[in-house]
Amino acid sequence: MSELSVEHLLGIKYLKANDIDVIFKTADHFKEVINRPIKKVPSLRDITIANLFFENSTRTKLSFELAEKRLSADVINFSASQSSVKKGETLIDTVNNILSMKVDIVVMRHPNVGAGVFLSKHVDAKIINAGDGTHEHPTQALLDSYSIREKLGSVKGKKILIVGDVLHSRVALSNIFALQLQGATVKVCGPTTLIPKYISSLGVTVETNLKKALEWCDVANVLRVQHERMDIKYFPSTREYTQLFGINKEILDNLGKKIVIMHPGPINRGVEITSDVADSNESIILNQVENGVAVRMAVIYLLAQQIKR
Amino acid sequence: MSRKTLLNSKDIEIILHRLACQLIENHNDFSNTVLIGLQPRGSFLANRLANLLKEEYHIKNLELGLLDITFYRDDFRRKDTPLAAATTDINFLIEDKKVVIIDDVLFSGRSIRAALTAIQSYGRPTNIELLVLIDRRFSRHLPIQPNYRGRQVDAINKEKVLVTWKETNNKDAVYIEQK
Repeated sequence: MSELSVEHLLGIKYLKANDIDVIFKTADHFKEVINRPIKKVPSLRDITIANLFFENSTRTKLSFELAEKRLSADVINFSASQSSVKKGETLIDTVNNILSMKVDIVVMRHPNVGAGVFLSKHVDAKIINAGDGTHEHPTQALLDSYSIREKLGSVKGKKILIVGDVLHSRVALSNIFALQLQGATVKVCGPTTLIPKYISSLGVTVETNLKKALEWCDVANVLRVQHERMDIKYFPSTREYTQLFGINKEILDNLGKKIVIMHPGPINRGVEITSDVADSNESIILNQVENGVAVRMAVIYLLAQQIKR
Repeated sequence: MSRKTLLNSKDIEIILHRLACQLIENHNDFSNTVLIGLQPRGSFLANRLANLLKEEYHIKNLELGLLDITFYRDDFRRKDTPLAAATTDINFLIEDKKVVIIDDVLFSGRSIRAALTAIQSYGRPTNIELLVLIDRRFSRHLPIQPNYRGRQVDAINKEKVLVTWKETNNKDAVYIEQK
């Protein structure tokens, strides 16, 4: 099977294990493409893609835009901060206006949970969710799993730890779904205030002692503390957070084994992770960024394939 | 469905030797030439020719690459079945090299058109030649002709030319199938 079972990429929740396999196999080919002297293929030259970012983003937006351009698609960009959204236009009106300019695929980031699902029911275009509030960020989870697969050979049977602000993280939720779908075991670690109350219902275990959690895992995916989403104080001080849940060289050196360090970015250096760890050989943070382009090319290519002429 | 054998393994062996000799005639020691097999089916022929050149004709340092053209095809989104890519394996640059593109059957010429575009991603070659095992006449959609051909075949459009290789089907043979 070399087809996706879904019509949109709204979340990992909607994918089957075979979909992830198809995406990764396609991404392998695109990884080779983006390492050529000329890093571009003409596959999508008659496809137009709109990147709608109703929330700030740097790397996801750049990564999507690069992936689209590497596939030769026409790209239009939209940021909510410079648009009529500020003048009171609704989401459907905004998107329908853009679609009347003959757009085939919409890549959307939105602060509201479920914005992608809502849009997919009301507009006639392929929707790729680039992050909806604190819900899902499917392409990030896919590139994280792809990077683990690249580093360790496979995701199946691996022990993956997600450290930090799980409560506000769409990366965490999508990662949990993606990793479990591929047969990995997931544990989360962080201050109890930042761990969702019902997380164990997802089949995830919780550990509040960072050292014990790191000793258990093969891979630690370190999340950013999302100050901008915190309307109340979840922990007494950043310094205390760093002391209890910050990953530094000393704690890793005392583990007696090597673990892979990941971070979806942007990094708060010295808060959740120290610079020497982020820049160490065990860190695959920059590989994640490179793989992000290949994985997004695969997702866009596979969805575009379903658009009939 | 009826099937007629066009070439048996002995015929193919003779043709491979002839093609190898023709290549040597034009490319001497292959110091400035690279062979590029088109994935998936042209790679068998390319591998076979490369081995023959190395073992029987003692060509050293022969460079062989495999090129997948899926992302360059002109029938993306026009087919019911999705296009699945194969691996591209070219670990050298083709800047200022002579390139010989190798495929099993030349039919409409569209794969070769895609390959000519795809190959540019690896540099600007001095020139490009085309080698095919079977050249189907009167079926071209594009003005493309091979420089080296194993056998020329007149087959009507309803007929299909099928090449099987020892590596995958236990037997070297070329058939014409009537649907």
